[in-house]
Amino acid sequence: MTEVLHELLRGSLDHCVKCTICETACPVSNVTPLFPGPKYAGPQAERYRVDDEPSVEWSVDYCSGCGICTQVCPQGVKIAEINAQARHKLKQQKGVPLRDRLIARPTVLGRLGTPVARLANASLRSRPVRVAGERVLGVHRDAPVPRFAGRTFRSWARHHSSPASGRRVVYFHGCGTEYYEPDVGEKTVAVLEHNGYQVDIPKQGCCGLPLQSNGLFDDARKYVLRLARALAPHARDGALIVGNATSCTLMLKRESREILGLLDDPDLKLVSERTYDVCELLLELHDRGELKTDLQPVEKVVAYHAPCQQQGHWIGKPALELLALVPGLEVRELDARCCGIAGTYGLKREKYDVAMAAGADLFDQIRTSQAGLVACDSETCRWQIEHATHKPSAHPIELLHRAYRL
Amino acid sequence: MRPSLHYDVLVVGAGVAGLTAGARLAESGARVCVLAKGVGSTHLAAGTVDVLGYDPDRVESPASALPAFVGARPDHPYALLGVDAVGPAVDWFATRVERGPQPGYRYVGSLERNHLLPSAVGAARPSALVPETMAGGDLGAERPVCIVGTRVLREFHASLCAGNITRLGIESRALEVKFEIDRPEVNALGLGRRFDDPAFRRDLAARLGPLVQGDERVGLPAVLGLRDPHGAWSDLQERLGRPVFEIPTLPPSVPGMRMFEALRAALRAAGGRLVMGARVVGAEREGARVTALRVDTAGRETIFGARSVVLATGGFASGGLALGSDWMVRETMLDLPLRGVPPPGSPRFRPEYFDEQPMAPVGVAVEANLRAEGTENVLVAGAALPGAEPWREGSGEGISLTSGYRAAELVLASDGVAAAA
Repeated sequence: MTEVLHELLRGSLDHCVKCTICETACPVSNVTPLFPGPKYAGPQAERYRVDDEPSVEWSVDYCSGCGICTQVCPQGVKIAEINAQARHKLKQQKGVPLRDRLIARPTVLGRLGTPVARLANASLRSRPVRVAGERVLGVHRDAPVPRFAGRTFRSWARHHSSPASGRRVVYFHGCGTEYYEPDVGEKTVAVLEHNGYQVDIPKQGCCGLPLQSNGLFDDARKYVLRLARALAPHARDGALIVGNATSCTLMLKRESREILGLLDDPDLKLVSERTYDVCELLLELHDRGELKTDLQPVEKVVAYHAPCQQQGHWIGKPALELLALVPGLEVRELDARCCGIAGTYGLKREKYDVAMAAGADLFDQIRTSQAGLVACDSETCRWQIEHATHKPSAHPIELLHRAYRL
Repeated sequence: MRPSLHYDVLVVGAGVAGLTAGARLAESGARVCVLAKGVGSTHLAAGTVDVLGYDPDRVESPASALPAFVGARPDHPYALLGVDAVGPAVDWFATRVERGPQPGYRYVGSLERNHLLPSAVGAARPSALVPETMAGGDLGAERPVCIVGTRVLREFHASLCAGNITRLGIESRALEVKFEIDRPEVNALGLGRRFDDPAFRRDLAARLGPLVQGDERVGLPAVLGLRDPHGAWSDLQERLGRPVFEIPTLPPSVPGMRMFEALRAALRAAGGRLVMGARVVGAEREGARVTALRVDTAGRETIFGARSVVLATGGFASGGLALGSDWMVRETMLDLPLRGVPPPGSPRFRPEYFDEQPMAPVGVAVEANLRAEGTENVLVAGAALPGAEPWREGSGEGISLTSGYRAAELVLASDGVAAAA
């Protein structure tokens, strides 16, 4: 990590006035004493973390990395970023379990599972397998795991040719779309093309976010830089980069640069500036009067949850504005901070209950919302929500796709 | 640069003034986005609505005292807003709390008479509107007081509080009880959460019941519930068979959080947007009009366009104003002209905290219609206004609510948003 950046984050802690506003908003410390809170683990404990000396504070392992503390801090302290780095230091010292190394690599899991999807899906839903998996590996037996689609998004993309247009975007599909929800990728591409974009889908890999969340910074840097190298030439040609996985687009925009100390990498900087969340891009299009409005009625009651990571884009809730354009669609905005899963956090044996408790407010609101469907911009959040509430979920783009009748 | 996103009005700041302006505008049909770099000062304040507490002696009735108060201070925000503007704003706030997310929770009182509530150190603090959960602590009443503290809450010392209340002439004593708590670090927030649990309250009331005597009323630190304070407070009163009241603590302020949630809910219910974590770094201008704000969002700046801007960024404490090491004062968002800055060479500070501080009344220079000087469409609300010393006057929430509410009305009148709605 560059010293300058380390100082930038660490320096921000001197702005901490101990007001505890971060702790009033923390979804984790509000439900468990195992994590005393972002202020305690971050700006307070950070003063005792000395380079080359053992970590003094181990509770930061229970921080889920949702980033809400940084969002609410009125003093601009980079609390979540400081805590992510502290977690990395802690992991360096304590070691990273095999489980974390495994679940932090969606591309490896995806490549292994996709060819044997039926077997893999059946195994992941078999009680004895899950009990064994919990004992041996430490993945909680009830934790929500997605279904392998049995085909990759890229296998579709290879045969897809986007109509030529002066307006070009690069689609960053992320691992969730690639291995588990290729149909969401196809719909995203269709909605973009319907709005006049030529959609290029270059070869790409994982953004490294799960590695970063699990404290595996060296590997996370390799992943995100490899991705930046793949996307940057297109950005240099003037294309915007657009993704539907909101935590992965946030990783490209901001998190990797700050948390992994990659402020100076020119490719990543360019990619960061040119990356858009798909709903953000479409809302900007709408505000310029250029979004196609041939939206047909979708008679549905939908509850919308903006994930923590989506809120970290600091652009509000574009999905809400877009869904409001769909005739017949009744959208109920949910008002809970977090679903608890935080990527891979809620999969872990020791953290599953914490994650479920952190999401309890959201689940209650969904249950009482009388909505038939939950819309949410992040796939891991959707899987958690489906697991906890047994309600189906969709990415907002899927609802637009339906309304466009594509 | 062309804006990426368009709103009718952008409000900057998520304190009392900003949320009030935002909610009021949204309720009138305006497309509003409140941009805030973080949570405002609600979580640091007592959660009461202080309108006018001192002039400089303690004020019994804000309504009676305000005309003379503004008469003597033509530059004060209340003078600018007009004394008559306070009532509607305060009433609006009270009804928004009643419609808010905490069922049954409400504010009591009026501008006619200040409550006199004990602070955490047992000093009497005048306040016009107070949460129902605090009203029972009014030191205007003779009824003896039993202050209940717990060792786990380091910032609340029952014996100190009770001792000072006794000095004010009210019979008072302190009790220490053990709160069953399993957290490594205990603050008002942690306790507030515990009081939402009926079993916790039942247990506490069972242990407390035999210890209170005669017709004592019971004062507790303001931690009686985050989700359902009305329920928690009523439950304790019923179980103890006597009045129970909350006493504000150091931050995080549980009643302040409730106030924030009520205002945020009003904004949301009216369709207003709130972007938390976004810092405004500049503006696009056409002559004296601000046409858009440049916002530091993830990855790049995003341009938020609007017809009007309400600046509710607070004073020195919130970062709306900054005093540099070169002794220059600036408004941090748009570098707007200021009023009240002490001239070079004159004293800027005095040694005692509650002295009249020359730097304290500094604020954004505004015209009578709250417009920032040099702009056509930037209105100022809250602690960024010049001419007040809220902590000496006991006027913070009154100024913020009234100016936020008034700014919204002025925007609606000037902008034609209401007509469109």
